[in-house]
Amino acid sequence: MSAATVGIIVALVFFALFVALYLSMTAGRLDRLHKRIDSAESALDLHLARRCAIVIEVVSSGLVDPATSTVLLDAAHAARDAAGSEGAQHDVDRWLAESSLSQTLVEVFDDPLEMEAAVEIPGATELLASLDGACRRVELSRRFLNDGVRACRQVRRQGMVRWFRLAGRTPWPATVEMDDTPPSGLRV
Amino acid sequence: MRIGLVCPYAWDVPGGVQAHILDLAETLLEMGHEVSVLTPAEEPDQLPAYAVYGGRPRAVPYNGSVARLTMGVQATNRVRRWIRDGEFDVVHVHEPLAPSLSLLACWVGRGPIVATWHSSVERSRALAVGYYIAQTAMEKVVARIAVSEHARRTLVDHIGGDAVLIPNGVRVDDFSEATPLCAWPGPRILFLGRATESRKGFEVLAGALDQLFRDHPALGLVVVGPATEDEVLSTIDPQWHDRVDVLGRLSDHDKARVLRSVDVYVAPNTGGESFGIVLLEAMAARVPVLASDLPAFTQVLDQGRAGMSFAVGDSSSLAEGVSRLLADPALRQSMAVEGERRARHFDWSRIAREVVDVYESVAVSGETVQVDLRGQLVGRLARRSSTGSE
Repeated sequence: MSAATVGIIVALVFFALFVALYLSMTAGRLDRLHKRIDSAESALDLHLARRCAIVIEVVSSGLVDPATSTVLLDAAHAARDAAGSEGAQHDVDRWLAESSLSQTLVEVFDDPLEMEAAVEIPGATELLASLDGACRRVELSRRFLNDGVRACRQVRRQGMVRWFRLAGRTPWPATVEMDDTPPSGLRV
Repeated sequence: MRIGLVCPYAWDVPGGVQAHILDLAETLLEMGHEVSVLTPAEEPDQLPAYAVYGGRPRAVPYNGSVARLTMGVQATNRVRRWIRDGEFDVVHVHEPLAPSLSLLACWVGRGPIVATWHSSVERSRALAVGYYIAQTAMEKVVARIAVSEHARRTLVDHIGGDAVLIPNGVRVDDFSEATPLCAWPGPRILFLGRATESRKGFEVLAGALDQLFRDHPALGLVVVGPATEDEVLSTIDPQWHDRVDVLGRLSDHDKARVLRSVDVYVAPNTGGESFGIVLLEAMAARVPVLASDLPAFTQVLDQGRAGMSFAVGDSSSLAEGVSRLLADPALRQSMAVEGERRARHFDWSRIAREVVDVYESVAVSGETVQVDLRGQLVGRLARRSSTGSE
């Protein structure tokens, strides 16, 4: 073997090593991004469930009038049912139901004067504060989920990642689009 | 919650980021959370009980100036140990793009990591390159916070994506309950800051003194800040020297006491401010504020409802504002009340609650922040050495 052939072989080996190292690092990075999305999704699920539970608690505490109670209960139950449903329409239905719960909450709790009347009932302040916290956490956790999805998509669009199928069978990450505006009347 | 805060700059050197972390840490402790702060320090023995020494700061040229940063193998190992021993529900790093402990914490940690951006920087080559290197570390940040619209812009321009806006806080009670330092014989206006630095705008105030001192025979000026008496007086007409008190650099506590004993606080800054925390401190002390009309300042002053503005760099507009305030005690009183109300809006107890909302929205599944060893050759080697040493 001539020196030139050895040189070429050594160069090829180094190149292959370099590519392998790059691929391993990118795969690790991608894995981390997918984990981040998983955690963010379960965080959003949890905060949506909490919000729903607190809305039902607000209704059962007698803090709001019967008409408002009916509207709130209807929206909360619709959101809860949509979260547990199966089928192809699941995501669309679910985010629609959660959005209408958000809109109902805004309609009911956007007026600080309304709230001032309610705070005379014992325990009301704590309950409304926890509802406020729950709404804000829904807003934040959805935002952080979508941030993660955006970062992940950026990596998955890279040529090397697609050619070597580094993402495996993990589905293309989806952002969550829903109305999560928290009512402004709750934070005193 | 168990919360780990990471400070990139030396704890014992005065600075906005350090002050922010100190106030945040103490407020979180008061709220009943467990808090540990990892920070570089010149004097490790002087650190408070909740702080952990992260290494010595080294002076290195970075991004056009000399920065004091902490890095290296020892520092990385300290960060790793702190994360492993801390079992934090959330690690909150500050200024993650500064090549110091914060960046290292992102690099060696995994799990719920929150980051706060403080400074506003123009698009820079150093940051663009720095971001490319730090990209993997930045991807681990699951929630991003910016303290001002300017800081948010920096983040959006350099990295893309978005951030939650949570402003700086002020400990209102530390100011509103401070005992006045002394009773001056006449009304006093106050200047706070480095009088020799042109963007603090002391010349603008000095240019208004002739007219002010002539119109108000009992009026005096108080100057607090690192400039010496000679430096301050050299910019002022000698006939007025006996009406100027130069107090030098003061502790936070004494600064609050001075604020409580003056009649008008003037902030003639000409630029370079991204937030205006001093304005909030003055408002918390119930001092009427007269500030130049920089966007950051009018924002803090609630578009003129909580304080008065004058045209930036215009001495006669400043003099006119001071005269108006001195002539009208009722206006001063109402501005003091409005100012304190506005400052309460930025009280740390409230701001910290918003920060905790962010923590709660990322830390739910009971997982803690772990040391990250996957995907990194260096990490794998380190795992062998660190498990071997135990």
